[in-house]
Amino acid sequence: MSAQTAELVLHGRPVVEGVAEGEAFVTTQTISGFGGIDPMTGTITERRHEKVGQSFAGKVLVFPGAKGSSGWASNFQAARLAGAAPVAMLFNELTTKIALGAVVLRVPSMTDLDQDPIAVIQDGDWVRVDAERGVVTVTRRGNAEVS
Amino acid sequence: MRLSDPEQAMLDGAEGRAVQQAMSLLYRYGKALGAERLVETNNVCGGSVGSLPNRRSVISDSDSMEAVFSLLNLDSDEPLEIPRVKTMAYKLIEAGDPDYYEMQGVSARTQQLIQKNAVFCDKIGIQRCNTCTPYQVGNIPTFGEHLAWMESSAVVYANSMIGARANVEGAQSAAAAMLTARIPYWGYHIPENRHATHLIEVDYPVESMMEWGLMGYFVGEVVKEDAPVLVGVDKNPDLKKAKHFGAASATSGGVEMYHIVGMTPEAPTLEAALGGKAPAETIRFGEQELRTAYEHLNCADDPNVDFIMLGCPHSSVEQLRIVAGLLEGRRVSENTQLWIFTPRALKAHADRVGYTETIEGAGAYLMTDTCPALGRVFPEGAKVVATDSCKQAHYLPATLGLDTWFGSVEDCVNAAVAGRWQATPP
Repeated sequence: MSAQTAELVLHGRPVVEGVAEGEAFVTTQTISGFGGIDPMTGTITERRHEKVGQSFAGKVLVFPGAKGSSGWASNFQAARLAGAAPVAMLFNELTTKIALGAVVLRVPSMTDLDQDPIAVIQDGDWVRVDAERGVVTVTRRGNAEVS
Repeated sequence: MRLSDPEQAMLDGAEGRAVQQAMSLLYRYGKALGAERLVETNNVCGGSVGSLPNRRSVISDSDSMEAVFSLLNLDSDEPLEIPRVKTMAYKLIEAGDPDYYEMQGVSARTQQLIQKNAVFCDKIGIQRCNTCTPYQVGNIPTFGEHLAWMESSAVVYANSMIGARANVEGAQSAAAAMLTARIPYWGYHIPENRHATHLIEVDYPVESMMEWGLMGYFVGEVVKEDAPVLVGVDKNPDLKKAKHFGAASATSGGVEMYHIVGMTPEAPTLEAALGGKAPAETIRFGEQELRTAYEHLNCADDPNVDFIMLGCPHSSVEQLRIVAGLLEGRRVSENTQLWIFTPRALKAHADRVGYTETIEGAGAYLMTDTCPALGRVFPEGAKVVATDSCKQAHYLPATLGLDTWFGSVEDCVNAAVAGRWQATPP
């Protein structure tokens, strides 16, 4: 299989512009900023979260959206200042928390994608977020190694 | 995003660098939201957040409070000269209660940050109410008023119970609003976005504050960020019940607005609440759902509680009256500490009418300005906590690593007196 066919391309609306790439960190559950993450390490800390104990630092965060306290943006901003931020974000549900969070994280972020990113992107996939042009390119983990 | 002439002038720097940065932040934030314009506001709740946990870990002691506010509240790497705020601006929770620093384990560094922050807030005109419930200490919005408020539990109260217009803002958008008197006209600021999306059929006689909290926790889990409308509620929630319901729904989910038919101001009828549309989903709330929410909030095994926390969101006068009544003639166990949180202004009232004397005479403490989850303040060595707040019970395991019991205010006071959790689940 060629690298070309292993790729999946999504289109969407840039929320914060820029280009970045990295390994995908995918969760089907919304994330709480305050009381849901440890900003110093980027680790999910919410007790009943499916990703509890795992870190999104340096990864492309793919998730439904933000929930919980209004400290969302501040906790993600603290993660940026601590060097534990995601490198890009893809999400489905636009709220003030995530819009402001994306602005202060200063990372390329997109929403309104033409395919559900949570359904089509898997943990470990290599994801390039071009939030200048509104294009996301996904390279499958297994296929990427083959090609 | 269209800016008016005065807004464009702020963006161009006509009012100095700090206002320019604030307008730039609102412009980028508004664009991220897809907002078409900004709206004027004179009612902002937020704060200068440098003393809070996580935030204080990423700043240096040598930084001026101006530099800290520039970075953490305006997202500016360059330290800016911060002018007096343009709007009424109210500060939310602080990192400690000055009267109980030692007992709360507030470090010398954090005490200094709080002190520096206080001087800074007074200088630029941020009212140091230091509470998550601004509506309990004089900032009661009017119907239709545009707000720029942080604090999810306060926003859901203002939108739903009062009919003010607010989204959940963050520390940066609130600070920018203080300096520009603007906030993006988006979301719940726009009348047609305020209708309910989900129908909740209440099939349980929801009565106590605990039951209202549990129903809120269930509703937040099922509707997430959407707006529920409740039918089948036969008795109006009062202040404390509405406060707990909203806080719980904004914690398990992201509810910023709800309707209760015949009880909240924008729901005279079900049709009006739904804006004439069909609900996306109809969900039943009954005894089983109440029990599940209760089970989700209780993660402790050890009945030997060493910390009981009441007052999240900050206690109302009525809640102080109830707790004082429950504690009268009783004594908190030597193995536990009972901390009750309320706004500073309401503690002054409790001092005057004798509730503080009753509470502290029983060996409990009436505290202000902060809370365990936000300030990370708790008795040294505490491992097992009990609370009557769904919000606090949700956050304490993650923020402080405490095993958590959840129950009614009576359960909590009984546990404080006995030193043991012995509540019967509903």
